[in-house]
Amino acid sequence: MPGVAGAERLLGEVEEAEAALREAAERELDGEASFDAVIAADQKIEPRDAMPDAYRAGLIRQIAQHAHSEIIGMQPEGNWISRAPSLRRKAILLAKVQDEAGHGLYLYAAAETLGVSRQELDTALLTGKQKYSSIFNYPTLSWADMGAIGWLVDGAAIVNQVPLCRCSYGPYARAMIRVCKEESFHQRQGYQSLYVLAQGTPAQRAMAQDAVDRWWYPSLAMFGPPDADSTHSAQSMAWKVKRFSNDELRQRFVDMCVPQAEILGLTLPDPDLTWNEQRGHYDYTAPDFEELMRVVKGDGPCNRQRMAHRNRAHEEGAWVREAAAAYAEKNRKAVA
Amino acid sequence: MTSDVPLWEVFVRARRGLAHTHAGSLHAPDADMALRHARDLYTRRQEGVSIWVVPATEITASSPDEKDSFFDPAADKIYRHPTFYELPEGVAHL
Ligand SMILES: [Fe+2]
Ligand SMILES: [Fe+2]
Repeated sequence: MPGVAGAERLLGEVEEAEAALREAAERELDGEASFDAVIAADQKIEPRDAMPDAYRAGLIRQIAQHAHSEIIGMQPEGNWISRAPSLRRKAILLAKVQDEAGHGLYLYAAAETLGVSRQELDTALLTGKQKYSSIFNYPTLSWADMGAIGWLVDGAAIVNQVPLCRCSYGPYARAMIRVCKEESFHQRQGYQSLYVLAQGTPAQRAMAQDAVDRWWYPSLAMFGPPDADSTHSAQSMAWKVKRFSNDELRQRFVDMCVPQAEILGLTLPDPDLTWNEQRGHYDYTAPDFEELMRVVKGDGPCNRQRMAHRNRAHEEGAWVREAAAAYAEKNRKAVA
Repeated sequence: MTSDVPLWEVFVRARRGLAHTHAGSLHAPDADMALRHARDLYTRRQEGVSIWVVPATEITASSPDEKDSFFDPAADKIYRHPTFYELPEGVAHL
């Protein structure tokens, strides 16, 4: 299989971010370690440091939404675990979905360091008070969607998340380094799975193309509204939570995907996709942002299904939590 | 629902010879379950050969507000560093 251009480079960036984190930690701060001084010196804000209320609230919102996305994100792929075409693919898909659960937990733990409780976060997801990424409100109609999701959805997530490894909030940055290292497996297994289908029978090839056709624009929409309409961006950049604008990251993703699609022998569903010599980037058709807003507001193809499933899983899991608590209680009494 | 499930801090030793390092935290009803959850959450790829879990409530942390007065006493004891001592020219292996 041909190499996935970009994956190595992105992983390199994660390692650089990790090295920068250690290097910055060793640098001496001159004078007051005030919030602004720490941010200016590219160092990390830690849980007990003083921080502006809006910084704290914004991070809780962002990390929680990120955590919820990992948790809900298990559903579209979980849909195919029992129908994977081979034991090997099944084991891979299981491992990937398990990773996503882990990502959710790392991120909830990071959010909790900001003073919000797990119960509040769980409730906010279950009641729909907090959102998750709109991408997971699309259905997974065929096995090829597992490949397309790994390649495009995890690919877009990685492009979004790699800069977050340099986020100014320590626990979030460290969680993101852990997440990003695991993500490269997700993208590779997807790309490889799609490549196998693209080399297969005409029917398999058509299935792969159909999956790419359906996931391309929703993946582009994962980067959020265009810069002109992005509400939280400027402050978030000043506080070094965000490092690049939505459109910059979207462009980066497009530029990475075009050569990867060529190697797959599949087409991206955009007739206007052309190399722009002057810009040094591909010109592309923007996703339908009105559709994005509709899906975010609850009107995507699977919003209700995802929420219903999450709530059902939570209720049906109550006995496990109760049994674990009862068992711990029994052991405590036995010891006492 | 998880409000009464205690929070545990997880420390993982990557390899023999290295110290346990803080990996993150998780909720579990007791220490045994915390260990098992920590294994599943933080060592899925053999990241460790040993795990410690510590109840988060049992950790007493120094306060960042008092960081200066707390750590300052060590700041002016430069004579604790070998570089404080100028050696006569030509002295080797010292
Ligand atoms: Fe993930
Ligand atoms: Fe992933």
